[in-house]
Amino acid sequence: MTTTRTVAVTGNESVAEALRQVNPDVSAAYPITPATDIMQRFTAFVSNGVVKTEMILVESEHSAMSACIGASAAGGRVMTATSSQGLALMWEELFIASGLRLPIVMALVNRALSAPINIHGDHSDGMGARDCGWIQLWSENAQEAYDNVIQAFYIAEHMAIRLPVMVCLDGFIISHSIERMEYLDDETVRNFVGDFNLVHPLLDIEHPVSYGPLVLPDYYMEYRRAHADVMSKVRHAVLDAAWDFERMSGRKYGLFESYRLDDAEIGIVVLNSAAGTTKDVIDAFRDRGIKAGLLKPRLFRPFPYEEVGEALKHLKAVCVLDRADAFGASYGPLFMEIASSVVPFKNRPVLINKIYGLGGRDYLPEHAELVLNELVKIEKTGKVKTFKEYIGVRE
Amino acid sequence: MKQKGWKELTPGAVITEPGNSVKFKTGSWRAFRPVWIEDNCIHCLFCWAYCPDMAVRVKDGKRIQFNYDACKGCGICALECPGKKGNKAIVMKEEGKQ
Repeated sequence: MTTTRTVAVTGNESVAEALRQVNPDVSAAYPITPATDIMQRFTAFVSNGVVKTEMILVESEHSAMSACIGASAAGGRVMTATSSQGLALMWEELFIASGLRLPIVMALVNRALSAPINIHGDHSDGMGARDCGWIQLWSENAQEAYDNVIQAFYIAEHMAIRLPVMVCLDGFIISHSIERMEYLDDETVRNFVGDFNLVHPLLDIEHPVSYGPLVLPDYYMEYRRAHADVMSKVRHAVLDAAWDFERMSGRKYGLFESYRLDDAEIGIVVLNSAAGTTKDVIDAFRDRGIKAGLLKPRLFRPFPYEEVGEALKHLKAVCVLDRADAFGASYGPLFMEIASSVVPFKNRPVLINKIYGLGGRDYLPEHAELVLNELVKIEKTGKVKTFKEYIGVRE
Repeated sequence: MKQKGWKELTPGAVITEPGNSVKFKTGSWRAFRPVWIEDNCIHCLFCWAYCPDMAVRVKDGKRIQFNYDACKGCGICALECPGKKGNKAIVMKEEGKQ
């Protein structure tokens, strides 16, 4: 029987609690703001004997991910956490973890990339790693971060998947702010995650295996094709996990969240914490009779194009808010996914793109109002002033 | 060997058959070929010990002809060969030349 505990905790604390409950075999990490707090709490669990995890303290994130890869290939359930420059330093290992099909779970506390150096919430780290073959789940608040970490183990270790999963939450805005949320009991979490199923563990000396062979032009493309195929199956595993999780917790998850979207004429697409502020402003617009709605992607990699396209195609005008710019590209990274999603439909919404909140710049209700008012105008006139611009920036 | 399609591969390129590198013929990489001159050979087996692959074959304690399917032509055997009275038992010859 599931019992819950209502608590007031930070996002990082909720992630550390989920990791304590999962009790992985191995963790290797290096501290970096704002993710430090997760591993600081987790290493206290290790020191106090609350978990049986083998904690490896390393000298860099490059080594942290390398140690995670080794431990995962050896046959352990493995997790880590990082942010920003830490993720950047892991970059080459990220591709190795996914290419070797190792089900590592990593919390990514989103933070801006240098230079100029900045420690605050921004999605440029996660977006920079979006094509590294990992699964990415994005989280609006502490509750979603906690729930996503628990589901991440289920998805990563699913026998049809076996891929690493990154769980993203906004640095400081979520990682360091205290919120009311609910914890599940330990036994429920452990039953949900289940025992770790071994696939070709290096430590099974009765069945020796080799990891990481050189694969030349005669086979490399076949391995990439196989990776693309397993990515196409991920959304089923994500929905399986969500269904089981909902039966256990009462909290509903999907590939993305739709908020007042079914009969909406204008809409905002935004990731993570800014969705909360946006929903409040949408409610205010609805009170004035304006049919506004929101779509908040949860599974960003692999991106569920078909489902997102279906959910947005009936709208007249949509603004995609990006908390990262893709320098030199036509639009922000989220915008490009949304544009790809609606392309197959003959009648599709007009799309505009705003870059907001870089380096932790506050996203305020008036920013959402500004965007929604612009969408109302586009819906009425059919005219677009500018397709992409920065908002909340000084000229 | 018929090449496999992407659906037949082990996930993560994991090799589950120990020692299957013997099936991989690397002899085609060779630019220089070691030539064994039996008359100069004292069967010290330095070549067998030094060969980084398994290109030197031995039978009943004596070396026999190279396995050219495994030889990449690195030339270590020719370098290490003490020969007989200053005459090498292994010399490197450029492939494609007599």
